[in-house]
Amino acid sequence: MSEKIIEVSGLQKSYKENHVLKGVSFTIDKGSIFALLGSNGAGKTTIIKILSTLLKPDGGSAIINGFDVAKNADNVRECISLTGQFVAVDEVLTGRENLRLIGQLKRLPNLKSTVNEWLSFSRLEDEADRKVFTYSGGMRRRLDIAMSLMGKPDVLFLDEPTTGLDPQNRIAMWDLVKDLANAGTTVFLTTQYLEEAEYLADNIAILHGGKIIAEGTPKYLKEIMPERGMRLIFDSEVKANSAIKLLIENGISADSIEQNLPSLEDVFLTLIDEKKERNQHEKI
Amino acid sequence: MKKSNKNISLDTWVMFKRCLTISLRNPETLLTATLIPFCLILLFGTVFGSISDVGDYNYIDFIVPGIILQSIAQASQYSAMNVTADMTKGIIDRFRCMSISKSAVLIGHTGAGVIRGIISNVVIVATAPILGFRPQVGLVDWFGVIVLLLLINITFTLIAVLCGTVSKSVEGATGLLFPLFILPFMSSGFAPVDTMPGGISWFASIQPMTPMIDSLRALTLDLPLGNSLWIALVWCLLLSIVSFAVSMWTYNRR
Repeated sequence: MSEKIIEVSGLQKSYKENHVLKGVSFTIDKGSIFALLGSNGAGKTTIIKILSTLLKPDGGSAIINGFDVAKNADNVRECISLTGQFVAVDEVLTGRENLRLIGQLKRLPNLKSTVNEWLSFSRLEDEADRKVFTYSGGMRRRLDIAMSLMGKPDVLFLDEPTTGLDPQNRIAMWDLVKDLANAGTTVFLTTQYLEEAEYLADNIAILHGGKIIAEGTPKYLKEIMPERGMRLIFDSEVKANSAIKLLIENGISADSIEQNLPSLEDVFLTLIDEKKERNQHEKI
Repeated sequence: MKKSNKNISLDTWVMFKRCLTISLRNPETLLTATLIPFCLILLFGTVFGSISDVGDYNYIDFIVPGIILQSIAQASQYSAMNVTADMTKGIIDRFRCMSISKSAVLIGHTGAGVIRGIISNVVIVATAPILGFRPQVGLVDWFGVIVLLLLINITFTLIAVLCGTVSKSVEGATGLLFPLFILPFMSSGFAPVDTMPGGISWFASIQPMTPMIDSLRALTLDLPLGNSLWIALVWCLLLSIVSFAVSMWTYNRR
């Protein structure tokens, strides 16, 4: 058994008449990536707010690193960090000033060099002394993440981290999450994108109707579904045609046959990559 | 990196510097806090000055305390707006789930607001003599004026911070402050209270602006203070304590 860093049991929360959480329980292993899946309004953000000490639960308990989020909020705050759905940066301050502010509040040593390290981490060295309102969405998000990661929290909460990001930045975010987990940070993320949860998470919980209706590894979750048949993929049309002929000769019919077209995302990323390479050649 | 003991004053200092940077980066804030009162002096002093009869005083001398209170109210609206902006954006969640002292954010905004208010006070006191303001102030009186102005600045800013914490939008925050802009006009600031009609005269005599203005006037024009200074101090303390307590309560609840 690996060490549990988050233990949630019987969590309840209502907003007036609206019973959002009706007894939510799950546990998270230290250093793992945990994805909470659910549609809009399912209560994902409510769970994140309770775990990050912003909201008090009506019932049940949540323990992080051995501390109760309701009773020992200050101890919990020292080992967590939150990156909310909306970018939490000061727009009239520069990127450098934003990082400095968090560094000062966290009492980080060698502030100047630490801030420079995080600036290069978020690839904002050239824009460091520009005010944040001139930044693009992706740049703001990178600064936001850097501010959350300063001081190396044990647990990082990411509330829909890739919503509104373009495919490139989304893949960069995925790589970042993987790197963090490899370095020992526990990452708790919410998402409404199934492929995101599948690609990133060691464990997934599905929140629906105020309860966790399924929990487990992506592989396990797929196995509990009934048999879905099988998909064959061929790298050329010639091969596919002869395979179809063989199937028909043997009296086996396929329910559907479709061409394997590249996804628009593949097209977008390939085009951008080609352009980048061309630009680099031109520079040289 | 863990903090072993919480250093409230350092958190507050960091927040104060943040809020001050934010407000000084918006030149509009200072412009409003100085230009509007300056226009008021100009308007009242020149247009109404010739028809206003306030007894033995020069009308400019008479209205400067009211103008100063009006300027503090104008300056404080930016505290309300900045607090609401913080409260309604993600940044407040970032601060609230960090291990920093709970009061740091609000005190930081208050400190920055007081600095803004003081700057506008200085501008008015420095420009009013051009329009004929002739204070008769000794050294001790100056000290009294400065302490009282500081207290009034703190009080008004705390009221603005309260409006900022309870308001759900930046526009709403200024709306809540409307009484603060109007009350100086319904006090002894621009006309003697005993020249007003019954109901208004009664209201002007019991509301907090009147003792504040009377004290400032007595100190700047070398008149007898009476008990107005004590009443003004009690109002300042009362309003400050209530505003701060309610805004802390709201801040922790939202």
